[in-house]
Amino acid sequence: MRNEFVDELGALAAADERVVLLTGDLGFMVLEDFQRQFPDRFFNVGVAEQNMVGMATGLAEAGFVPFVYSIATFATLRPYEFIRNGPILHRLPVRVVGVGGGFDYGHNGITHLALEDYAVMRTQPGMTTIAPADAPQARAAIQATRDHEGPIYFRVSKRGDALPGLDGRFKLGGLDVVRTGDDAAIISIGSISHEAVAAAAFLAERGIEATVAVVSSFNPDPAEELAELLANVPLALTVEAHYVNGGLGSFVAEVIAEAGLACRLLRAGATSMPSGETGTQAHMERQSGLDAGSLATSVQQALSLRP
Amino acid sequence: MPSEGSVRFADAIRRTVIVQSKRAYVGHIGSSLSIADLVAVVFHERIRLEGGADRDRFVLSKGHAALALYAALDELGRLPDGAIDTYCADGSQLGVHPEIDLEGIDFASGSLGQGLSIATGAALAARVQGSDRKVYVVLSDAELNEGNVWEAIMFAGHHRLENLVLLIDLNGQQALDFTPDVLDLGDVAAKLASFGWDAAAVPGHDHDALGTALDAPSAGKPRAIVAQTTFGYGVSYMESEIKWHYLPLSDELFADAQRDLAALEAQR
Repeated sequence: MRNEFVDELGALAAADERVVLLTGDLGFMVLEDFQRQFPDRFFNVGVAEQNMVGMATGLAEAGFVPFVYSIATFATLRPYEFIRNGPILHRLPVRVVGVGGGFDYGHNGITHLALEDYAVMRTQPGMTTIAPADAPQARAAIQATRDHEGPIYFRVSKRGDALPGLDGRFKLGGLDVVRTGDDAAIISIGSISHEAVAAAAFLAERGIEATVAVVSSFNPDPAEELAELLANVPLALTVEAHYVNGGLGSFVAEVIAEAGLACRLLRAGATSMPSGETGTQAHMERQSGLDAGSLATSVQQALSLRP
Repeated sequence: MPSEGSVRFADAIRRTVIVQSKRAYVGHIGSSLSIADLVAVVFHERIRLEGGADRDRFVLSKGHAALALYAALDELGRLPDGAIDTYCADGSQLGVHPEIDLEGIDFASGSLGQGLSIATGAALAARVQGSDRKVYVVLSDAELNEGNVWEAIMFAGHHRLENLVLLIDLNGQQALDFTPDVLDLGDVAAKLASFGWDAAAVPGHDHDALGTALDAPSAGKPRAIVAQTTFGYGVSYMESEIKWHYLPLSDELFADAQRDLAALEAQR
């Protein structure tokens, strides 16, 4: 969805002179059109993510809406304190764009795998975090947040094909149900939602009907809608290309606990730092049990163990 | 003397620094005294504070010296009445480091080294908007230890951000030791010049020299005033003493500090 995201950003920039794009020397074959169209609003700041976010703070104070662009790890973790003390503290509309995320950069290894970006961003009050599940939702999210006053982190995945049932919907803080079933609920975020949907199809073949609901933002988050949904199912499975702690799994655990629900929770995601082994994105996801087959099996097993 | 007004302005800043540090019983006194003259030459009839969004911007990257900035804003009548007397009091907006919600503060700071990146972005913003506003930023020499400061130095130099004015408080010491003994910075002005800055080493308590350097015609590059300052300037027992980075004032030393400041004011 990178290309669609940047294409939509170009449309936004054409309509809104406040939009500027800063890159930390990344975006080969992705940012060239934007650079050609808006040479005065495009800056390659060099391999310097901290300075990039600091500069975005100064630009935003003057009325710009700066998008800062890098691979998700470099966009979030390297300049984390600059994000905190800059746009978050100053309540400025800086957009941190992290491309990749999860296991997208498979072979490149752990330095390139953002497995804690949701966690570190959603813990900051005032930092809106958006992870579109597909390219149409990414486009919708850019347009819907055009005048959002505070900072936003966008996790922009590689995979962008349309998620069945989502139909390009995006509502900040909303929950999108893309499939319904009474036996279990699968709650997912980001493009790994494709595996969630496929898992629900596997489960249906085995006579288990699962709801699939997509979370696309934190701060605001869909806590209330989610509590209503989970009040009616005995089992929830969270699916995220992320560590199981701190992100979607933790969020859903908080919702269940705070609402006092009887719903059991399974959390799919990375449980340890995936170092020492390389592989494709699909391989790495399978290693963390994030493929549709593993997800379906975990739901089926948990339901079969119910008293 | 053409700069007499800003000298008196600096005297007032120093007085406030001592009085408020004593009342609040907090440290960072030496750092605030170190930049009193730098803040004075900027805020006394130089920085453009009117003009709304088109006003000049000021970034105190060495946020722990905020008391000197508060003192300047108070001297200009830009703090609410009596606010300066709440410095570090419970519920006050005037903390050790400047907070964004305080009127007159363009950017919050406190984490060392972040101010120059923000100022660079602010200067770039002015250029893209076609504004002639300037961005002033004050760094300590110890902040040059932070790697990202050099990222900003490279960007500003490469893009020739001539509306960016950096004042480096080169007092030669930092929290635990003297800067040459921690990480020797070498010739700071030469380093900045090599990155494309219009950089000059200037006596940091000489208002004529500072004013001349600030008002020189633009070289089409970002400007750096490498101000050779004395930590704790004006209070004899604080000058160049590492411990006065953190220590608060006792009653006895408060009286000594006031005597020293009176003597400094009298000799000019």
